[in-house]
Amino acid sequence: MNSSVFRGKLPWVIAALVVLLCFPLFLDRFYVYLTAIILLTGLCATSLNFVLGYGGVFQFHHAVFYGVGAYGTALMIIKSGLSPWLGFIVGPVAAAIVGLVIGVICIRLSKLYFGMLQISLGSLVWAIVYRWYSFTGGDDGIHGVPLPDIISSSSGSYYFTLIVTAVSMFILYRMIKSPFGSALQGIRDNPVRSEMIGVNVRLQQLLALTIAGFFGGVAGSLFVVVDNTVFPDMMFWTLSLELIIMCLLGGWLSYLGPMVGAAVIVLLRTYVSGITGYWALVLGVIMMAVIFFLPNGVLGYLDRFVKKKAGNK
Amino acid sequence: MLGPNGAGKTTLFNLITGVLKPDSGKVVFKGEDITGLPPYQVCRRGISRSFQVVNVFPKLSVFENVQVSVLSRQKRTWNLFTPSAKLAIAETDRILGDVGLMDIRDGTSAALSHGERKVLEIAIALGGNPEFLILDEPTAGMSPEETTRCIDLIKQLKERLGITILFCEHDMEIVFSISDRIMVMVRGSTIIEGTCDDVRCCQEVQDAYLGGSDACLM
Repeated sequence: MNSSVFRGKLPWVIAALVVLLCFPLFLDRFYVYLTAIILLTGLCATSLNFVLGYGGVFQFHHAVFYGVGAYGTALMIIKSGLSPWLGFIVGPVAAAIVGLVIGVICIRLSKLYFGMLQISLGSLVWAIVYRWYSFTGGDDGIHGVPLPDIISSSSGSYYFTLIVTAVSMFILYRMIKSPFGSALQGIRDNPVRSEMIGVNVRLQQLLALTIAGFFGGVAGSLFVVVDNTVFPDMMFWTLSLELIIMCLLGGWLSYLGPMVGAAVIVLLRTYVSGITGYWALVLGVIMMAVIFFLPNGVLGYLDRFVKKKAGNK
Repeated sequence: MLGPNGAGKTTLFNLITGVLKPDSGKVVFKGEDITGLPPYQVCRRGISRSFQVVNVFPKLSVFENVQVSVLSRQKRTWNLFTPSAKLAIAETDRILGDVGLMDIRDGTSAALSHGERKVLEIAIALGGNPEFLILDEPTAGMSPEETTRCIDLIKQLKERLGITILFCEHDMEIVFSISDRIMVMVRGSTIIEGTCDDVRCCQEVQDAYLGGSDACLM
């Protein structure tokens, strides 16, 4: 049944998964941690790209859903006394609800105006989390979230992250290739025309925003598993900017682009900030280089390169 | 529909299809009042349109352009999990065959010539399986050969599929050769509606188009 969906890509996907599954066997704990962070950041960027690259919605403040997912999970585990697994459902669902609410308010506006209003509403959520000291821990965040034994070890949390990310990526991929995804891409290309062929543009976009919020929240929950902490910076707008850069850098018209972008940015952040404090400067230079030389991102460039080669043959 | 630039032809189309809401008056389709319905609702009642300025989905392939329209009519746009690649293929291909775009089925629509994009425009509208099709200057900007092909296509749609077509056009020859009834608009109001013969020698139409000469149009 999947043959037509993947068409030749399946062996590559399986190979990549097998390599990733073997990581904890021969890599240092730190690198396993780093890979997990890349995976979940990549999932977050992919969920953003679901509405940005495929839906054409200028979701400028996507980190809010990442943060809400993480806080939802952490608070549920700490405060409720119920099964910690429940936290992994509550977090993403909370993020989806916030996504829907912000979406309902912003969807009347188009393009840049949508983005501006979204930044302000998102910052409002951030401000609430930041100020509500008694509930969220304010700028201290929450540390040492107790996790179920099976996912509390280094490799346990890695495998959990890998599996959840893989499943989420698969679901998002299916959605993009479904009629829902086709309609969404139609709206991106031409909303007026989409409405004229019978698509309820706003409702379609709202559902997409809710889905994107949900998977952003899934990524946030995974961060709790990998890092055991939550802090308000997770939903600060600078992180949203980084997520957008990941999409652009990797290629926002290719499905795995944001994942590649996330890998590049996370690695750079980890290593460059060890050498110099001017990490943002490096990021800025990279961004300019991408805009000038790789307008379609790394994967967009490779894709074209491969097609050219094939064409020459 | 005829009328000089700025007569309100496209505005009328926008009113019918719900892009604009009328200040007064009613739009009635098959006995049902559809005034002020949003465009997607109007479309679902069997009215499709093409646009004067090419209005396709530039990043999708030719096939996908039409497919998304078919999927939308089949109310499948809420289907999140079945691959699109398996749905509505036969019907989309039939439409592409009807309009003669089968050769470039898998090309990106951004790479098409202007004439081909205008035809694709019609194909997208046909994806909605309309009973009533509105074409806003279908041959504008086409080369003479493309125009001939486009006119043949419109005739076919009318005769073979039995679709009612409302179109506006500046080329009188085309208008008089394929229309059953003609309506002439000048500065936002209708000055005459009738058969080709009625319109041809109507004094007001002559005033609008020929500046008061007594000669008949065409």
